Amino acid sequence: MTVQIPRTWDAIVIGGGHNGLVCAAYLARAGRKVLVLERRPLVGGAAVTEEVFPGFRFTVFSYVVSLLRPEIIRDLDLPAHGLNVVPLESTFNPLPDGDYLATWADPEETRRELYRHSPRDADAYVEFGRLMQRMAMAVKPILGISPPDPGSWRPKDLLAMGRLGKHFRDLGEKELHALVKLMTMSSADYLSEWFESEALKAAKSASGIIGTFLGPRSPGTAYVLLHHYMGEIDGVFRAWGFARGGTGAVSESIASAARSFGAEVRTDAAVERVLVEGDRAVGVVLGDGKELRAKTVVSGLDPRRTFLELVEPASLPEELVSAVERFRFRGSSGKVNLALSELPNFTALPGMGPHLKGAIAIAPSVDYLERAYDDAKRGEFSRRPFLDMVIPSMLDPTMAPPGKHVMSIFVQYAPYHRNGGWDDASREAFGDAVVDTLAEYAPNIRSAILHRQVITPADIEAVTGLSEGNIFGGELALSQLFFLRPSPAWSDHRTPLRGYYQCGSGTHPGGGIMGASGRLAANAVIADGTA
Amino acid sequence: MTSLGTRTTPFHSRTAPLVRGHAWRRWAGYVVPAAYDLIHDLEYAAIRGTAALIDVTPLFKYRIRGAGAAALLDRVVTRDVRRAKTGQVLYTPWCDPDGKVLDDGTVTRLGEDDFRLTSAHPNLRWLHQNAVGIDADIDDESEAVAALSLQGPAAREILGSVADRDVSKLRFFRATQARLEGIPVTLTRTGYTGDLGYEIWVGNDRAEALWDLLVAAGNPHGLLPTGLLAMDVARIEAGLLLIDVDYISARLALIETQKSSPFELNLGWTVAKEKRPFVGQRALEAERNGGSSWAFRGLVVDWDSLEALYAEVGLPPQLPSAAWRTSTPIFDGGRQVGYATSGCWSPLLKKYLALAHLGSVHAAPGTEVEIEVTIEHRRKRALATVTETPFFDPERKRA
Repeated sequence: MTVQIPRTWDAIVIGGGHNGLVCAAYLARAGRKVLVLERRPLVGGAAVTEEVFPGFRFTVFSYVVSLLRPEIIRDLDLPAHGLNVVPLESTFNPLPDGDYLATWADPEETRRELYRHSPRDADAYVEFGRLMQRMAMAVKPILGISPPDPGSWRPKDLLAMGRLGKHFRDLGEKELHALVKLMTMSSADYLSEWFESEALKAAKSASGIIGTFLGPRSPGTAYVLLHHYMGEIDGVFRAWGFARGGTGAVSESIASAARSFGAEVRTDAAVERVLVEGDRAVGVVLGDGKELRAKTVVSGLDPRRTFLELVEPASLPEELVSAVERFRFRGSSGKVNLALSELPNFTALPGMGPHLKGAIAIAPSVDYLERAYDDAKRGEFSRRPFLDMVIPSMLDPTMAPPGKHVMSIFVQYAPYHRNGGWDDASREAFGDAVVDTLAEYAPNIRSAILHRQVITPADIEAVTGLSEGNIFGGELALSQLFFLRPSPAWSDHRTPLRGYYQCGSGTHPGGGIMGASGRLAANAVIADGTA
Repeated sequence: MTSLGTRTTPFHSRTAPLVRGHAWRRWAGYVVPAAYDLIHDLEYAAIRGTAALIDVTPLFKYRIRGAGAAALLDRVVTRDVRRAKTGQVLYTPWCDPDGKVLDDGTVTRLGEDDFRLTSAHPNLRWLHQNAVGIDADIDDESEAVAALSLQGPAAREILGSVADRDVSKLRFFRATQARLEGIPVTLTRTGYTGDLGYEIWVGNDRAEALWDLLVAAGNPHGLLPTGLLAMDVARIEAGLLLIDVDYISARLALIETQKSSPFELNLGWTVAKEKRPFVGQRALEAERNGGSSWAFRGLVVDWDSLEALYAEVGLPPQLPSAAWRTSTPIFDGGRQVGYATSGCWSPLLKKYLALAHLGSVHAAPGTEVEIEVTIEHRRKRALATVTETPFFDPERKRA
C-alpha cells in the first residue's frame, strides 16, 4: 500500500495528552489531516500506564477516570477502541481511633454506616447529595460551551451572556443561594452547615482540595466539591471508575479512535517551538530542527508553555502575557506507587473485603487536612499528608503478577516550591512520610512493599511537562475558571495568533480526564475554517 | 428431596452464604442467585473484565445414547447433527412441524453414539415422540448433572491452572472430558455471555468440590460469583435469545402470532440446507424461499434523542441498571412496525441497546425507527437505529 504523505498538514497538535488526542480525533473525524506530536515514547501525558517494575503496571500519575465527557465517549466510540471503566463503588476512610467511615454502592448501606457516626448526618447526607445533584445539573451546561467574555460587546459574547443569565435566573431561589455559597465558602464551612460528624466532613472536604494549593478552610474550595458531583448526574455513565489497563488505556483508546479517523500520532517527537509568520502560526519546529508546516497548530500544553515558551511572548498582547505570567500553577501534590506482595491489612477493617475495591483515603479530620496544608504553606511537604488511594489490581488483576498488587497513592501536600527544592533525599523522605502515615492504619504495609516509586511535583513537571507539576495544567481555583481560564478574552481556545489554538487542561473547563477542552478547541478550529 | 417449595442446586451450600441481598431468581423450578452483591455492576464487570462464575444448573440436560442417537437428534433439531464431529457442540433451535421454534439449546457430541442436549424447557416427551423406531436411549440428566459457567477474559487461564489437559487447545464450541484437580468434568467452550468462556458439567456429588476449586483458582484473577442479573446484560450485548422473553415456544403459544420461525428469530443460519428430513423442514424450506414477514434485530437507541426527551422535563437520562423485558412498541412514521422484547444500558459499550421483532421491511441494518420510552409517566418516542447483532463480539470469544 502506498500512502500519500501530505507535505503540509491541516492541523498539528502539540502534545499527545488526552486533550490533545481528543482534539486530534475530532479534527480527523471532520476530515482534517492531523498530526499529533508527543515528546515521550508513549501517548497520554499525565494519563499513562507504565510497567515501572517488571510485572507491575502503574497508573503513574492520574489514577481514576472521573469526568470523561459522555459525548466524547459516544462521538469517538471509545469502547470500540478498548475503553472499559470499572466502577469504583465504595469509599473507605480508616480513622485514628480504630474505627472507619465508609460509603457503599447501595444507598441504604451507606445510610446505615453514616448512622453509626451520626444519625442526623445519615439523613442530611441524602438531602445534601440531592442538592449537589441539582447544583451540578445547573452548572453542567457550562462545561459544554466556550465561555463568553463578559467584558466584550461582541454580539456573540452578549448573546451567550444573555443565555447564561437566563439559565441562572431560571434556577430556584434555594438553588441560587446554594450556588452563591458554593462559589464563596470554604468546603469546611459549607460542610459544617450540613454535617456534624468530623470524619464525614473531612472525607467530603478532601475532594475540595485535590490539586489545589488550598486547605479545606480556604474560601473557594466548596466549589471544587461540586465538580465531583458532575459525573454523577450522567447517571448510567457511572463516571467514577478505574479504567482497565489504567488511565493509559484511556489515552490509548482515544489515540486509537484518532488513528481510525486518519490522524497520525507520532511519539518521540518533541516540538521546540511554533513556527510563526507575521501574525499566523504556520507549523512547528521539532527538537531536531526539522520544520513541519500546517494550516493550524493546536497546543495541548499548559498556558505557560503555550504562550511563553512555544511562541515569542513579544508577539502577543502584553495583557495576555502578564495574565499568563500571573496564572497560578504551584503544584501541590505527589504520587507514591507501590508494588505489593500482599494487600494492605487495615486495622479498622481487617482482611480482604469490598472496601479494598473502592477508593481509600486517609483524611480523618478537617484539622488533620488543614495541618497538612500548614506544612505546605511553610514550604514543606506534609508530615502527615492526605492520601487518596486505589488498589488497581483489585479491579484489574492484570496490573500485577497473580496474587500480587499495585497501589496508587495520591498525596497532598507536596509543594512544588519546597524549601531547598526537591532532590533524591527529599523525595525519599517524602515517600517515607507517606508510608509512615499509611502504616499507622495498615501496619503490614512496610513488609508488603516490593518496590516503591515516589513522584514529586518536580518529577511531574520533568516527565509530563506540566508546569510546576500542577495536575490540572493550572490551578483549578475560582479565579482561574470559566472566562478566566487561562485569561479573559482568550478563554475560547483561540489565541491572538491566527491559526494557533489551545486545548490543554489549562483551558476551560479543564481538570481531570475530561477531554472537554480538547473537544471545544477542535470545535473552534472547525468553526473558524482555518484547518 | 421434597416436591414442595423451591428447589436448590448442588452449589447452594456455597452460593447461599454469598448472596448478600437475598436476591434469588426462579429458573426452571430452582432458585439461583439473581445477584450476589446489592448492586450487580461489579459482577457484570467480572464477565467483561476478569472472570465470572455462574450457576447454570437449572438448564435441562438430556443424554442420548445408542446407535440411533445421531439420527434422533438430527430428526429433531434444525442443524445437521450427523456432520458434527465428536467433541463438537452445536447451538440449535428445534421446531414443530409448522417450522415454529419450540426451544433452543446445545447439542454436544460426546462420542460417536453419545450426545448431550441442553434446553431451556423440558423436552423429554418431545424426544420420545420423535424416537419412534429409532434405537436410542434418552436419559434425563437434569437432576443428576450440575453446571457452572465460567465466563470472562481470564476464564482460560483459570481453567488451565487446574485442568489435567491443555484447555487452550479447546476451540470455540468444542467439548472435552477433563479432570480438574481430579474432579471428572465435561468442558464445553460455550456460554451465554458472548465472551471467552466455558461451561463445566459435573456430577452432583462433586459439585461443591468443583465450586471450591474454581473459586480458589480464580481468586488471583479477579473471579467473582455472578448472578443472573449481570448475565442478562451480557447476553443482550451478545444478542443471545431468551425463551419466554424474546420468543414464545410454539408449544405454549395460545395464538398463531405468538409463534416464531428460526428465520424470524435471526436464526436462519441454523437451518441446515440439504439435510435429511427433520421436524418442520418442509415449512422452513418454503419460508427460506418465500421470505419471512418478521425479523429479529438489534436496536441502538440514539442518545441525543433520548437526552432531548429527558431535557424537556429537566432531567438527565435515567435508565435502569438491570435489563428490562417488557414488550415495547417500535414505530416508523407513526405506525407500529414491531416490538422490543429485551433491552439494557450497556455499561461497556456505553449504549442503550434493545432486541426487537421488526416487520421485515423495517429490518435492514441502518434503518431509523422509534422506540417508546416512558419519561416521567409520559410515553415518548426516541430514535433508534436497527443494527446487526451481536452488539459486542470480542476476538477472544473465538480466539
